[in-house]
Amino acid sequence: MLRYANPTNFLRLAGRLIPWTAGLAAVLIAVGLYMSFFTAPADYQQGETVRIMYLHVPAAWLAMFGYMVMTSAALGTLVWRHPLADAAQKAAAPLGAAFTFICLVTGSLWGKPMWGAWWVWDARLTSMLVLLLIYLGLVALWQTIEDPGRAARAAAILTIVGVINIPIIKFSVDWWNTLHQPASVFKTSGPAIYSSMLWPLLIMAFGFTFLFTTLHMMSIRNEILRRRIRRMSMLAAARGESGFAPLTAEARS
Amino acid sequence: MTRTSALFLREWRIARRIGGSGAMGVVFFLILVTTYPFAVGPDLNLLSRIGPAILWIAGLLATLLGLDRLFQADSDDGSLDLMMMSETPLELIVFVKCLAHWLVTGLPLALSAPFFGLMLALDPPGLGAVTLTLLVGTPALTFLGAIGAALTVSLRRGGLLMAILILPLTVPVMIFGVSSASAASSGTVPFITPFLILCALSLATIAAAPFAAAAALRHMSE
Repeated sequence: MLRYANPTNFLRLAGRLIPWTAGLAAVLIAVGLYMSFFTAPADYQQGETVRIMYLHVPAAWLAMFGYMVMTSAALGTLVWRHPLADAAQKAAAPLGAAFTFICLVTGSLWGKPMWGAWWVWDARLTSMLVLLLIYLGLVALWQTIEDPGRAARAAAILTIVGVINIPIIKFSVDWWNTLHQPASVFKTSGPAIYSSMLWPLLIMAFGFTFLFTTLHMMSIRNEILRRRIRRMSMLAAARGESGFAPLTAEARS
Repeated sequence: MTRTSALFLREWRIARRIGGSGAMGVVFFLILVTTYPFAVGPDLNLLSRIGPAILWIAGLLATLLGLDRLFQADSDDGSLDLMMMSETPLELIVFVKCLAHWLVTGLPLALSAPFFGLMLALDPPGLGAVTLTLLVGTPALTFLGAIGAALTVSLRRGGLLMAILILPLTVPVMIFGVSSASAASSGTVPFITPFLILCALSLATIAAAPFAAAAALRHMSE
């Protein structure tokens, strides 16, 4: 694994992997969407609205998965000071925020017909909203600190402090008896959901995971290239080449 | 006089003298509490019901107000670099700074809460509970804020960013602070249950936050 921690090797690997993961994501999401719209049955209580679940639940998983990816990258930043970990961290923040946002919006659309309200201040909804706020704070931190190395270390510390929210989201529905239904897929007694509904859900979840991986790799690649451009333009400015030439005494007068 | 107590005295004097932050925090607290009845209307029943929440939000914002100065001034004049080079562990320095800061900002807030609670028509058990929860909860807010202050120490205008970074993390403290303060007057849940969780949160924050803030200061000063 350490061999691919070299940015150049990573670029080569990412270039080879991205078409495959992107293709897998497209196929899985297409199959998953077809199954969730046509082959999966409507719920006997919730009717057709249950189909929102096939977007809502994978988005929620990915929102938390994104944070865990970011946390491991943050450890990479703080422990090994690796620039690739910095890039992985920076790339994961807006992606995680996007999946959290999808989760909240689909949840809101689902909640209106089922609970009769667009939003309730239930424990899981609120902790998910806090997750979105933490993501947005991290994005703001990345944008505010100019030097990429320092920004990465600051974001890493905040990420690790904020990771406390993840178990709160996961167990909020067990700890507080709230409106949001408890976990039905990952249970020690086996999933409490019928297989005709479980399959499209799992396929969508894998499709979303591959989508996340693809976008994450593309975004890391952009970040590496952006850093190279930054370094090259700084070097060019230091040498006084091109448009960055410092003013000479004659030019100034 | 040991190094730690000398540092404490220095921090305490600076925090107390410069800008009179203690008195200013209490005035800001009063202004926030005064703004609520203008916004929600002067209905005393409503105000007494949401009174603990008003006092807690006002306390949270007033605590955040002075926190951007926690490391900024020392970073500007270079004394922070001296502290980081000294033999005293940086975590202990952060702890002492936070403690001194809390004594001049958080403590006056908590002590003035019963008087402002009277204006919001809280009953005596409610007044006692809100004071007690603020007394226990504001150290957690100060110590969490120290992490944000350390992360934004090198930025020119870090105040707003600090609030964005830290406010989501203060949610648990606020939930249990307000719920135990309201439990004392409404009485469906015993006061002690959320209050003990608040104490636990506060103690855990005081123990862990200096490490995070010190790590942030070290990494940001490179």
